[in-house]
Amino acid sequence: MKKILKSTLAIVAVFAVFTSCNNADKSSNSGALSSNNAEKVYIAPGEHDSHYAFISGGYSGNLTVYGLPSGRMFKEIPVFSQFPTNGYGYSEETKPMLETSYGFVPWDDSHHPDISQTKGKLDGRWVFINGNNTPRIARISLTTFETEEIIEVPNSAGNHSSSFITENTEYVVAGTRFSVPVPQKDISIKDYKGNFKGALSFISVDPEHGHMDIKFQVLMPGFNYDLSHPGRGKSHGWFFFTTYNTEEANSLLEVNASQNDKDFIAAINWKKIEEYVNNGGGTMMPTEYAHNVYDDDTHTATSTMKKEVRVVNPTEVPGAVYLIPTPKSPHGCDVDPSGEYIVGNGKLSANLTVHSFTKMLDAIKNEKFAGEAYDIPILNFEDVLAGSVEQPGLGPLHTEFDGKGNAYTTFFISSEVVKWKLGTWEVIDRKPTYYSVGHLTIPGGNSAEPFGKYMFAMNKITKDRYLPTGPEMEHSAQLYDISGDKMELLLDFPTHGEPHYAAAIPAEIVKNNSRKIFKLSENEHPKKALSDADTKIVRDGKNVHVYMTMIRSHFSPDNIEGVKVGDKVFFHITNLEQDFDVPHGFAMIGARNAELLIAPGQTRTLTWEPQKVGVWPFYCTDFCSALHQEMQGYVRVSPANSDIELSWSLGE
Amino acid sequence: MIAIATMLSCGGNDKKKEETGYGKKAPAKVEKKVAASQRIELTNKGVGPITSITLGAEIDQDMAEHGKDVYAKMCTACHKADKKFIGPAPTGILERRTPEWVMNMILNPEQMVKEDPLAKDLLMEFNGAPMANQHLTEEEARAVLEYFRTLK
Repeated sequence: MKKILKSTLAIVAVFAVFTSCNNADKSSNSGALSSNNAEKVYIAPGEHDSHYAFISGGYSGNLTVYGLPSGRMFKEIPVFSQFPTNGYGYSEETKPMLETSYGFVPWDDSHHPDISQTKGKLDGRWVFINGNNTPRIARISLTTFETEEIIEVPNSAGNHSSSFITENTEYVVAGTRFSVPVPQKDISIKDYKGNFKGALSFISVDPEHGHMDIKFQVLMPGFNYDLSHPGRGKSHGWFFFTTYNTEEANSLLEVNASQNDKDFIAAINWKKIEEYVNNGGGTMMPTEYAHNVYDDDTHTATSTMKKEVRVVNPTEVPGAVYLIPTPKSPHGCDVDPSGEYIVGNGKLSANLTVHSFTKMLDAIKNEKFAGEAYDIPILNFEDVLAGSVEQPGLGPLHTEFDGKGNAYTTFFISSEVVKWKLGTWEVIDRKPTYYSVGHLTIPGGNSAEPFGKYMFAMNKITKDRYLPTGPEMEHSAQLYDISGDKMELLLDFPTHGEPHYAAAIPAEIVKNNSRKIFKLSENEHPKKALSDADTKIVRDGKNVHVYMTMIRSHFSPDNIEGVKVGDKVFFHITNLEQDFDVPHGFAMIGARNAELLIAPGQTRTLTWEPQKVGVWPFYCTDFCSALHQEMQGYVRVSPANSDIELSWSLGE
Repeated sequence: MIAIATMLSCGGNDKKKEETGYGKKAPAKVEKKVAASQRIELTNKGVGPITSITLGAEIDQDMAEHGKDVYAKMCTACHKADKKFIGPAPTGILERRTPEWVMNMILNPEQMVKEDPLAKDLLMEFNGAPMANQHLTEEEARAVLEYFRTLK
């Protein structure tokens, strides 16, 4: 199989050479191979890409920013992980971002970014992303491209069916993959069935500042809640979650959770529950979860431990929760732009199942139920079914939409993307992926208005696509042109970590909002120094606070004496630059945390605990001017019992 | 392949040009005797948004006060009023420079050090330490200029 593949590739390569040579005298529409794919992804030096892609960093815990169609990576935004590159999670200002009820958790497994929406359309204000391991949802600003907020999700474990946004960003929704005892308690794992719960969390988003607050959690039966998407348009107000392990197995799930012919898609009428909660419904349950908020003016994050959360039992709110039988261990749960079709990507199923929202409402209205699970009504599969795509491929995982009536589904086992038509369920095109595709992304592909020009597949296996780099390789993404009837593979590009999902958006919605500097006049950091006159060093017992400034190309002060072994030195450093793209770095010899990268107008604090007597240098790590190498200073460290007074200077 | 070859050869040409340009520059620099900071250029208006400024007969004290405040916040990391620091001292600056040049240097330093011969020489005299663009508004730069008038 692989040999055939390779020789096919060779032929394609030969064709490509031919076509590029003959390009000038051939018409561009004489077939896929004759068009110049290189031209379609080539962004000339200095030119900009047409789209941003925010690609999950997977087990890096971060979010990466790419350009489309070039596939160039512009930035890695630290989210759930410490990031020595700029000191995120190491500096005093950013350490609170990684606080949780488990203590300081400096890593995670980030999965599904989603961009904020207004009236079902991407508005480009924020990206949300979930930490899968220690359940958290982060909000990243698309003006500063920094993580502004992280909220922990209590009663959750394996925060996987997250972080998806309702059509006006009313909620970012987080579901638990692993059900657990709620509240946690010391019981036998064998008592799983009937005792474990799956919490589906509806986190409200403040429309102005984006601040998140857990409005309520629905405590569902102990299934695994795999993925989810909001209703939109006519189905706005509902949320849909795929489930697997409706068997409620607690061991060898590979076999034991694949017994049922059908699992469920849980349909949640969140508007109804919201109304119930607004009228005082639900129960405040004692728990603990961290809420971490970063403030752009103080340049500082604060962490608050919350002590209770509102929980709702689905049976408390009649008419709010239904189960739709869906073959078989469905993974992706995707809603088309109109809100009518809910695609259950049954990963062990031969066919792709599509449910109808209208039919679901009819069945509910007529109270035609097949039974109940834990008192939650189960609808009849046939009553809700809109149609099936017959045997489109093996192992369907995820579906996105182009806004022109087509859907695109990834097939992991058969390693392909299949394009099919909504309503007729006919397969229109299929293209191989290299190899074993997971998610795919169309800009706005899970909103009311997709931008159906590009689609990229994010593959789980790279193998021979790039020069080998030892046993461990970055995953590969593949960009397709989907503007025509047939998909056309344009480009391979490597991604960082494991990019489970990505959210993409036309650049013009975002780029003009991107901030260039932080204004010194708006800096409210309590330990800022805005000019030479503000620089000072203050001793408070063993703590030594250095109020320092930096500008091309010196630190003020740059000579410091009177520090002693056993002291804890806090360098509070303000970058006085007010020009775009002039960050400065700060690196202290032997610092056991990280360096700092400080943006213009920003204040950051690095803590240093000197171990040894001597004179120790610090310097700027980010090449800032012709005199960058001169941007340095010294700290004299005296013995613990020394009586040398603190002193500091610059240029004396 | 052809495209790549073309790009490579273009790159080669650029490099050559740069080298000759660099070579030519060197002797010109030797000829100048007066340090750029001491040179008197009372007609050069520099390059930038400011083409004409009329100074009042009297110093506007309110404006100067405001300028002093802006200067203290945005400029003192590199400039001291009466002595050379990272950059030159502004005392007496209007005896050597036009008001327009001063404001253009504040508002448009990147282009000034590329295109204005005097600003270029100053950059070299001050060891290549760039004048940072602190993004003052025109109104703030004008106030700083008024403050400079008080420094004698």
